[in-house]
Amino acid sequence: MRQLAATLPRRLRALGGEGESRLLPEARLSGPMPWVIAIMIALTVVAAASALALRHAAAAASADLEGGVTVQIVSAAPAERQRQSKTALDVLRRAPGVLHAEAVPQDQLNALVEPWLGTRTGDDLDALPIPALIDVRLRAAATPAALDALRTALARQAPAAHVDAQSSWLAPVFRAIGALQWAAGGLIALFAFATASAVLLAARNALGIHRETIEVVHMLGATDLQIARVFQRSMATDAAMGGLVGLLAGVVTTLGLGRQFSALGSGMVAQGSLAWTDWMVLVAIPIAGVLLVMVTARLTVLAALRRML
Amino acid sequence: MALANPKGTVLPSMNQPAAEIVQFDNVGLRYGAGREVLADVSFTLYPGCFYFLTGASGAGKTSLLKLLYLAQRPSRGLIRMFGTDAITLPRERLPGFRRRIGVVFQDFRLVPHLSAWDNVALPLRVAGQAEQDIAKPVSDMLEWVGLGDRFDARPATLSGGEQQRVAIARAVIARPDVLVADEPTGNVDPDMAIKLLRLFESLNRLGTTVVVATHDLHLIRKVPDSLIMRLDKGKLADPTGALRYPPRRQRQDAAAALDAADLP
Repeated sequence: MRQLAATLPRRLRALGGEGESRLLPEARLSGPMPWVIAIMIALTVVAAASALALRHAAAAASADLEGGVTVQIVSAAPAERQRQSKTALDVLRRAPGVLHAEAVPQDQLNALVEPWLGTRTGDDLDALPIPALIDVRLRAAATPAALDALRTALARQAPAAHVDAQSSWLAPVFRAIGALQWAAGGLIALFAFATASAVLLAARNALGIHRETIEVVHMLGATDLQIARVFQRSMATDAAMGGLVGLLAGVVTTLGLGRQFSALGSGMVAQGSLAWTDWMVLVAIPIAGVLLVMVTARLTVLAALRRML
Repeated sequence: MALANPKGTVLPSMNQPAAEIVQFDNVGLRYGAGREVLADVSFTLYPGCFYFLTGASGAGKTSLLKLLYLAQRPSRGLIRMFGTDAITLPRERLPGFRRRIGVVFQDFRLVPHLSAWDNVALPLRVAGQAEQDIAKPVSDMLEWVGLGDRFDARPATLSGGEQQRVAIARAVIARPDVLVADEPTGNVDPDMAIKLLRLFESLNRLGTTVVVATHDLHLIRKVPDSLIMRLDKGKLADPTGALRYPPRRQRQDAAAALDAADLP
């Protein structure tokens, strides 16, 4: 009975299949390492969520504007402007590839320029040579060839017509969104690099602390892979804990930012919400983090062990 | 002769006569740019023989043992172990060779975070043995060295003598082909020293080549059939060349001992 009591803890440990894991002391990433990983994962989650939301917003806006064309009739003479506008509208409605063409009403044009020109009593907006606008929707994308075809069709009967793709007005916005997406990608790469560097330093530190034990285990015939596996498993446990905390922090931050942006009421921002597949991507970030930590720890430990006999 | 399987484990050849298990030929060792701590060391160890390594402090005994248990590569010379050139042995094959060598370190070198039981189980776990196959031999071994009531004790809570016994149990638990012990009885009382020596002899009778470094002449006299290797200032005293080229009878005795041994 006494013997059973003495050996019970060991028997229980054996049941847990811990043979190899007991080769070395728990080489946990010491001290703040799990928190460093948690911070890195949280920042990566927020950066990835931002990149995904921006991609959605840009894709939605691009789809809206894809077949949109604006035709301006730029003429200082109101009568001539009105004549060419009507003619252009007829030509456009008959043109192949045009789904829909509609003149923008004068009161809407006035509303557009109102913030700059004012609406005080006595202001005569009609006296200003504001171009007439025709909103055109093509069946396909407003490619340069499609725009050229429209220009050719309008050239004779409405020479004052200027044809522009609506997407060209938002080109600087798309470029800015693209730059932000690249910046988010760069940040994610930097976070991954910083995490790998921190793990590398921690693994080297742990190797230094346990050097004597490693030498003894080596002398008993342990292979480099056996020792590396012990470190790798221990560090993966810490990374998993840090990753979970980081994911929670990142998701809470993302939800908070999403609520703030949706309160802006901008259509483009509203289209930047995350789909369930995006949330899956965010959940995969700590898993990728744990894999990164395991690979880094394994390579670091194997490289260090190769320097020992 | 020895063969290596693809996994790097060294297997004894079944169809070869008893050949030398260790062969040193003009081996020299220096640490860094210092003087040679071992010079022109040549000897041959046969399976099933019992060797004592003696010499004054600083004579190079521990350095020679380090070469024997593959913790160090020599600066010059040739070393063959289990029929294989140990100098050019690739790193990945070292574990397979080390598992055939039991070591009792002078400073014990027990793993501090492991219990006495887990320290003794370490060579078996490293070799990948199943936990259920480990339990009985480890417990029996600790009982045998008189530590049946200290299974779960950490090294820090054991006396010097107890630590030494755990270290010896760890070295012999896997039935090594070569047992290398550096002053293995330095911290135990005379009765325990004799008991441990009997353990070494039992292992030796099973075919293990035993090399014990010691200053204790009394201990050497207890094993009359043993061979003495004496180091003096890094040189092995071998005036008749018997250590380098053992007489035919010794080789025959070694072969007979190996044949008679009840090897697992």
